[in-house]
Amino acid sequence: MTLAAWAAMGGYAAYVWPAYGIAAALLGGIALQSWLRCRRSERELDRIQRTTGRQ
Amino acid sequence: MFAYLANPARFMRVSGRAWRFVAASGIAALAIGLYLALAVAPPDYQQGESVRIMFVHVPSAILAEGVYYLIALASFVALVWRHPLADVAAQAAAPIGAAFTLVCLATGSLWGKPMWGAWWVWDARLTSVLVLFFLYLGYIALVNAFEDPARGARAGAVLALVGVIDLPIIKFSVNWWNTLHQPASILRMGGPTIDRSMLVPLLVMTLAFVLLFAALLLLRMRATLNERKARALRLAAPPRRADPVSTGAAPVLR
Repeated sequence: MTLAAWAAMGGYAAYVWPAYGIAAALLGGIALQSWLRCRRSERELDRIQRTTGRQ
Repeated sequence: MFAYLANPARFMRVSGRAWRFVAASGIAALAIGLYLALAVAPPDYQQGESVRIMFVHVPSAILAEGVYYLIALASFVALVWRHPLADVAAQAAAPIGAAFTLVCLATGSLWGKPMWGAWWVWDARLTSVLVLFFLYLGYIALVNAFEDPARGARAGAVLALVGVIDLPIIKFSVNWWNTLHQPASILRMGGPTIDRSMLVPLLVMTLAFVLLFAALLLLRMRATLNERKARALRLAAPPRRADPVSTGAAPVLR
C-alpha cells in the first residue's frame, strides 16, 4: 500500500483526519495549558518563598 | 493510600516524581496505539476505513464518563470526610473531562456524517452525552462563581453528585430507547463482539488516554496546591519591598 493510498483512507480521509486532528488539538491543548500552568505556579511560589524568606 | 496522600506536602513530593513517569508511559502507549489504530487494524467490512475514528471516539467516551465518575466520587469524599485533596482533584479533573467529552462528540459527529448521513441527531445517546458536556461546563462555572473558594467547592460537589444521574442514562440509552447509536460491543453480557484485531488497538488507546489523564490530573493538582500555598504566604507576609522607609534612607521625591 502506498503512502497516498493510506492517507486517502479509502475515501474517508475528509472524516478520519479531522477526527484525529481535533482530538490532537483539544487533548494537546489541555496538556500544554496544564503543563504551563504548573510551571508558572512553581516559579511564582519559588519567587514568593525567596522574597518572604518563608517555606 | 488516600490517607497517606492527605498531607499536601507529601502529595507534592510523590506526585513530582510520579507525573513524569505516568506521562512518559502515556506517550509511549499513545505512540503504539496510534500505530495500531492507523496502520495495523483492518478496515471494517461495513464501515471501511472510517472505523479508525472509533479508536479515538470510544476511548474518549470512556474517559468522558470515567472522569465524571471520579469527580462525583471525589466530591462525595470531600463532602463527607473533608479529605483536603478531594476538592483539588475534582476541580483539576473537570476541564480534562470536558475536553474528552468534546473529543467524543466531535469525532462521533465526523463518523456520523458518512455512516448515518447526519452530523448530529437528537437521539438519546448523543443528547445524554451533550448533557454530560454541559454538566462539566456547569460544574467548572459554579466552582469559580463564589468569592470564597470553599463555598464554590461545596456547591460544585453537590452539582457533581446530582449530575451522576446522567451516567447510567448514557450507558443504557442505547438499550432503553430506539437510537441510531449502536449498543455496547465490549462491556456486554457474553463478552465482546468486536474482533481482536480491533479490540487490541482500542484497549491500547484507552490505556494511553487513561495514563495521559492521570498525568494531567497530577499536573493540575500540583498547580492548584502551588497557587494556594503562594496565596497563603502572600497573605501571611506581604513581600518586603525595598521601600525607602524600611531601609532608613530618605524618601526620593519623583
